[in-house]
Amino acid sequence: MNEAKKAVVTVLGYDRKGIIAKVSAVLYECDANIVDISQTVLSGLFNMVLVADISSPDCAFDQLSERLGRLGEELGLQIRVQRSEIFEAMHQI
Amino acid sequence: MIHTSEILDTLRMIDREKLDVRTITMGISLFPCVSDDVGVLCRRVYDRITRKAERLVAVGEEIEREFGVPIVNKRISVTPAALISGGIDNPLPLARALDDAAAQTGVDFIGGYTALVQKGMTAADRRLIESIPEALSTTRFLCSSVNVASTRAGIDMDAVALLGQAIKKTAVLTRDNDGLGCAKFVAFANAVEDNPFMAGAFHGPGEGDAAISVGVSGPGVVKRALESVRGEPFDIVAETVKRTAFRITRVGQLVAREASRRLETPFGIVDLSLAPTPAVGDSVAEILEEMGLEVCGTHGTTAALALLNDAVKKGGVMASSHVGGLSGAFIPVSEDIGMIRAAEKGALTLDKLEAMTCVCSVGLDMIAVPGDTPAETISAIIADEAAIGVINNKTTAVRIIPAPGKNVGDSVEFGGLLGRAPVMPVHNFSSEAFIRRGGRIPAPLNSLKN
Repeated sequence: MNEAKKAVVTVLGYDRKGIIAKVSAVLYECDANIVDISQTVLSGLFNMVLVADISSPDCAFDQLSERLGRLGEELGLQIRVQRSEIFEAMHQI
Repeated sequence: MIHTSEILDTLRMIDREKLDVRTITMGISLFPCVSDDVGVLCRRVYDRITRKAERLVAVGEEIEREFGVPIVNKRISVTPAALISGGIDNPLPLARALDDAAAQTGVDFIGGYTALVQKGMTAADRRLIESIPEALSTTRFLCSSVNVASTRAGIDMDAVALLGQAIKKTAVLTRDNDGLGCAKFVAFANAVEDNPFMAGAFHGPGEGDAAISVGVSGPGVVKRALESVRGEPFDIVAETVKRTAFRITRVGQLVAREASRRLETPFGIVDLSLAPTPAVGDSVAEILEEMGLEVCGTHGTTAALALLNDAVKKGGVMASSHVGGLSGAFIPVSEDIGMIRAAEKGALTLDKLEAMTCVCSVGLDMIAVPGDTPAETISAIIADEAAIGVINNKTTAVRIIPAPGKNVGDSVEFGGLLGRAPVMPVHNFSSEAFIRRGGRIPAPLNSLKN
């Protein structure tokens, strides 16, 4: 299922140390390459959107999704991974 | 390049406004299964469905996970059962084979216990219609429909009369569940062959071997979009609905394309529908109220619905390569919290709903009426609705529940997507002599339109 190239990772929750480090470590271990990242902290609320290239044959979407989901539970954050096509379909003609 | 704000917009629509794909429906032709041996027919039907749809649920869940958009139902529609049961005396074993195949594949519903009798009934059609009450009361996933009228053929009033009785009997046989069986049956005029929505889905005789169709949803997203243009003129309302419908439909198109590729089954259509659920914030009635009506059902409702229905189609058409099915706004009473509220207040009546069906996607949908409503009255309601469809060249339908032992003021509770319906009053004056006539109402003239 890996012919699609990009995944969008969204992280939402209260700010704390090491969020980006931990999320990017999982991405690295799953052989995904971060191509874009945008992050804001508004009144202590951490909000990150990250686009990763997941076209490597060693990068399994389900594994990535599961590991990030587990990390989210550990950190008390909502972390979601979605294939980028859904955003492209909705917002681009 | 996708902007962060667009990503967050999508997430908001899914999380808060309940954007979802209502269904991925696999249509399967059962013509290769025909046999005059009931055992052979049922085995072939079961084998063919379970083989073709083996991965349907798994693929649906896979797409849901990867794209992060809920896909509420996975369903199967099949060739109208009456068309493949001409060689057997009793279609009930076929109903059970279909239900078993649905259970095996793990889908939510299977549709196609269907007869197309707009011009007349074959012996097999009649047997099937007569078996509907027992079929629906002894199966779990099976849905049934009968097309009684078309613009080309007129209205088959003999079939209309039979359906009133079949609906009453179905209600009685499923009385322990408030007449739930009736929620799985729909009478159509101008039925479409590629509808992915239940209870009326079937895989029409003009379809190929198999097809993947998708029904979208998203009333909450439209409502929210309209909140941002409060007080603006209708031009802007229509434009806002169009833009929103475009986005919703693009999600449907994406899901349909992926499902079709992964299941190696041709893509059929996307049904551009606003399908509500009983959840708060997922209501078509609330969209109409957002346009400025105090309660859905008051004067102005038909105009508001006409605008909504048209704008949904205009917006959606460009987002999909093939559009079909029922496409438009659904107004099922029990499945829409705003409709339920309006009916309980007495603002929304059966007569107003009938007027609304002239301009909406389908027809009188998920309406509970008193349990002692005569079969002839139900037939007459079907005839009225069929007439609207036939004359206006559109699909109309009736899904009505004469709730056993219930009266106006009571309500019936089906749970899940089917929701809760307040029992609505019907006219108490008789239609019996009208229905007893039988025969056919001729096809209408299609010019000199006024």
